[in-house]
Amino acid sequence: MNQFTDRRYVFVVIIILVGLVFIGRLFQIQVLDKSYAQYALSNAQSVRVIYPARGLVHDRNGEIMVYNQAAYDIMVTPRLLEPFDTTQLCRMLEITMESVKERLQSAKSYSYRVPSVFMKQVNYKNSALLQEKMFQYPGFYVQTRTLRKYTRSIASHALGYVGEVDRQVLDNDPYYQLGDYIGVSGIEKAYESYLRGQKGKNIFLKDVHNQTIEAYQGGRLDVQVEVGKNLQISLDATLQEYGEKLLAPYVGSIVALEPSTGEVLALVSAPSYSPDLLVGRNLRTRFGELASDTLNPLFNRALMAQYPPGSTFKTIMGLIGLQEKVISVSTEHNCFYGFYVGNIHTRCHLHDTPLNLIEAVQNSCNTYFINVLKSTLQDAKFNNTALSYENWRRHLLSFGFTRPLGIELTNELNGNIPEAGYYNRIYGEGRWNYLTIRSLAIGQGELLITPIQMANMTAIIANRGYYFIPHLIKEIEGVNSIDPIYAEKHFATIDSANFVPIVDGMDLVVNGGTGSTARNAKIQGIQVCGKTGTAENPHGNDHSIFIAFAPKDDPQIAIAVYVENQGFGTTYAAPIASLMIEKYLTGEIKRTWYENWVMQLVQPVMKTQIVDSTDGTQE
Amino acid sequence: MVHRNNIYANIDWISISIWLIMMAFGWMNIYSANVMEADTGVFDLSQRFGKQLIWIGASILLALLLFILDAKFYIYFSYFLYAILILILMGVLVFGKEINGAKSWFVIGGFQLQPSEFAKPITALALANLMTSHNYNIKKFLHLIQTGLIILAPPLLILLQPDLGSALVYFAFIFVLFREGFSANTMLMLAALGFLFFASILLDKALILLILVVVSLIIYMFAAKSLKKTAIKAAWTAGLFGMLYGINYFIETDYSLFILGLAAVIPTSIILAIKGVNTREFGHMKILAGLVIAIAFIISVDFAMNSILKPHQQHRIYVTLGIEDDPQGVGYNVNQSKIAIGSGGFSGKGYLNGTQTKLHFVPEQSTDFIFCTVGEEWGFLGTTFIILLYVGLLLRMVMLAERQRSSFSRIFGYGFISILFTHFMINIGMTIGLLPVIGIPLPFFSYGGSSLWAFTMFLFIFLRLDANRLELLR
Repeated sequence: MNQFTDRRYVFVVIIILVGLVFIGRLFQIQVLDKSYAQYALSNAQSVRVIYPARGLVHDRNGEIMVYNQAAYDIMVTPRLLEPFDTTQLCRMLEITMESVKERLQSAKSYSYRVPSVFMKQVNYKNSALLQEKMFQYPGFYVQTRTLRKYTRSIASHALGYVGEVDRQVLDNDPYYQLGDYIGVSGIEKAYESYLRGQKGKNIFLKDVHNQTIEAYQGGRLDVQVEVGKNLQISLDATLQEYGEKLLAPYVGSIVALEPSTGEVLALVSAPSYSPDLLVGRNLRTRFGELASDTLNPLFNRALMAQYPPGSTFKTIMGLIGLQEKVISVSTEHNCFYGFYVGNIHTRCHLHDTPLNLIEAVQNSCNTYFINVLKSTLQDAKFNNTALSYENWRRHLLSFGFTRPLGIELTNELNGNIPEAGYYNRIYGEGRWNYLTIRSLAIGQGELLITPIQMANMTAIIANRGYYFIPHLIKEIEGVNSIDPIYAEKHFATIDSANFVPIVDGMDLVVNGGTGSTARNAKIQGIQVCGKTGTAENPHGNDHSIFIAFAPKDDPQIAIAVYVENQGFGTTYAAPIASLMIEKYLTGEIKRTWYENWVMQLVQPVMKTQIVDSTDGTQE
Repeated sequence: MVHRNNIYANIDWISISIWLIMMAFGWMNIYSANVMEADTGVFDLSQRFGKQLIWIGASILLALLLFILDAKFYIYFSYFLYAILILILMGVLVFGKEINGAKSWFVIGGFQLQPSEFAKPITALALANLMTSHNYNIKKFLHLIQTGLIILAPPLLILLQPDLGSALVYFAFIFVLFREGFSANTMLMLAALGFLFFASILLDKALILLILVVVSLIIYMFAAKSLKKTAIKAAWTAGLFGMLYGINYFIETDYSLFILGLAAVIPTSIILAIKGVNTREFGHMKILAGLVIAIAFIISVDFAMNSILKPHQQHRIYVTLGIEDDPQGVGYNVNQSKIAIGSGGFSGKGYLNGTQTKLHFVPEQSTDFIFCTVGEEWGFLGTTFIILLYVGLLLRMVMLAERQRSSFSRIFGYGFISILFTHFMINIGMTIGLLPVIGIPLPFFSYGGSSLWAFTMFLFIFLRLDANRLELLR
């Protein structure tokens, strides 16, 4: 017992009060309000779900890429079934008696009162036959659904596909019912909430003869169907198709961006598959076939393949050197067929010597950039290899390497630039220097980045120092702005002025004289800036790489081309990039002979393997 | 004649009867909400009614087990159990399974356990232990902090799952503190802050400011007993506001009404404060301080809502409070739930004859919205019966709690009363559209083993303590 015993009455009063309020409220809605009681008299309500058409997808020029085609699901409500002519039903739907029995059984085991799918995606002819005889089949009705159709068989990786919802989604999102469709990958998944629209629901009252008599509660509880929102995406369908055509004989990837916005103009991964394959009833079998294909067409190389960037990385080496003031434009280094210190030796090709920075980019000199790495890691400001390495790495992170950039497609992977600790563990603290990791200077070694990161790096150079996160969305119908993360400018930690010599070097790579590595990428009347790359690959032939942007002073397109196992960057990647730029900027190809040359250079595609993080080394 | 040593003679059979009736009636309704017209028996373990039979059987075993244990066990092991509970609540964040967007479940075999349910009785044990420890005084600041930690640790972990509904229930423990002597004024103040919190989300800020100023003036009028003084102060504030409003209008700046209001109230308050200090009218300063604290509070709630919470979290709160519409979600549920209950009429449509619940109009119809099935099939008679059962059980519990010699038993009993009452009030309140939808189950009724077991634990630990009521346990 204590002094607060009286407070028990507060509890008693509150408990009784709440009880009385509840009983009063229940009396009001259950006894006084006759409108509810009236509905209680109805024999049954019937719910009809109306499926909205999925939003269309347009390309950046307004051309339709994805639209819908009607399909017909035969639905059944077991409780309303009456004996019917099974033979006729089998004939109309082209199925067997056993199949009818099975389908009815599975519908019953789901629910007697809630309609379920009896047969999926019946063609127009069969569904029309059934619809004519519908009065003989109480309990059945035809539900119109839509399937995706594609104007051109392209961009399957970016567009993604639509499939039935799985258990995971059903458990977590009450919007979806068994048998509903949902965007499974790509744009279809990323913008599912806009594309799907809003399912409608009509609720009817029925009399004992199962005839609809009126809308339940005057339609007050009906949910209006809302058509899915149309999307405009940033892809250029013509460019995308052209890129897929050029890359068809090879294994590799092309990513083209608009530098001023970060919009993705083309996202090619070869080998690819036609988006038409993953539509409709056969989706599951087709998906299985694609998944077991040894060339792995489902693998989106543009976002998931982690490659060494090869010599294209020399541009970044130069930028960081300039930013840290360990080199200047006029810094010169000698090179006689390679880089030699003691018994350490990295080859280089034949070119003039000595070279300054611009010429070194133009000639892609290995020795020069190993010397840049040396100056960077022996920076007096830090006086410690690991510290200056971490500072160097910090600059690289600002280019968006090592992490997924954040495009809408969820399967994007990161890249790899080892931390100083990685080398400390391998070689011991203080026991490694620029010689140990010199292959990083020429974009080899442990360095791995994805094609989209490489394209983004090119866009940063084109913009002289900043980028927008690459994205596929351009406009959502009825929505004022796209996700603000795509409108935010990200700056690399390099001053704008330092880009000038690198861009000049890239200009000379394409438009220079003797020593330029990619003169075959030159386009009459357009100032293309580029950089070749050749990544050695322990599993087979070198990878052919090219990055480029154009025009030099008003960049409209930045592109990265990666062709697996096809040798020098100049050989295949540069011509492909050049043709892509010509197609995008002029709309036509004047050099048809060149196009034919690229396309006819068909070699048997080698078995592909993706370089993993430990063995992309060379020398 | 009461036997001190024969605890079995001291069992409270009234509560046990109510408990059994509730579980049986609950099961009947779960059966009705889930039964299909296919031929599966009541023991079909793939169905919810089948599983619930197992849960009920197990909870009877649990009740026996809890009764066999010595009453002192619950006292001595309360902190130990609490520590284990905290570890489990952390564990579920890492190893738990995510269902409906919350990581609240452990999956063992085909069964799911929700540790946040068991957290309630165990927290009550720990609370009772703390509050009966030597020298404990709720008026001491340090002890109050300790009490707060014991009560708030579990809901903070539950919030991380995130399960807002289960976490909110812990506020109920404040009733226990009230019974044990927590200041009534503080309770009122907390209630006022709670009210202000919802008001600042639901209403326009300018309107709240107006209400606050008017309320302060009214309190002042009664305190100063002078209509004239009040009118002067009101006129000052209104005049200043009018002037600012006019300036804002003519020079076409675009300050909101709230900002203009603040600009009028703040200088007035400062002048009044200085005057108050000069004239030694400290009593009136309290009113002023209250006003300033209230204004600061609504501004910080506004800041927290708009700047700290992410858009989807804001949306969830707005939907729960019924500000934003969510036709497929929360708003739809309440509408359907009211229709199902309302359509039951006076005597209901008859057992197994409900159409609303059968056609799956009402979501969660065997868990959080089980009351709909009762309302539809048993009508006003059925719903009133349930309310009377709860009111009866709650009042019986108050009676039992008050007859304890041991403070430990009383405090634990009030813990049970507070939690049970809160579940009862929120769950039924939401199904009949009186309270916002907060997804918590109806104790002893809703489908689900975790909730049933947790409340059985609550009830039987208390009944076990009650059986020893003549001994001074602590």
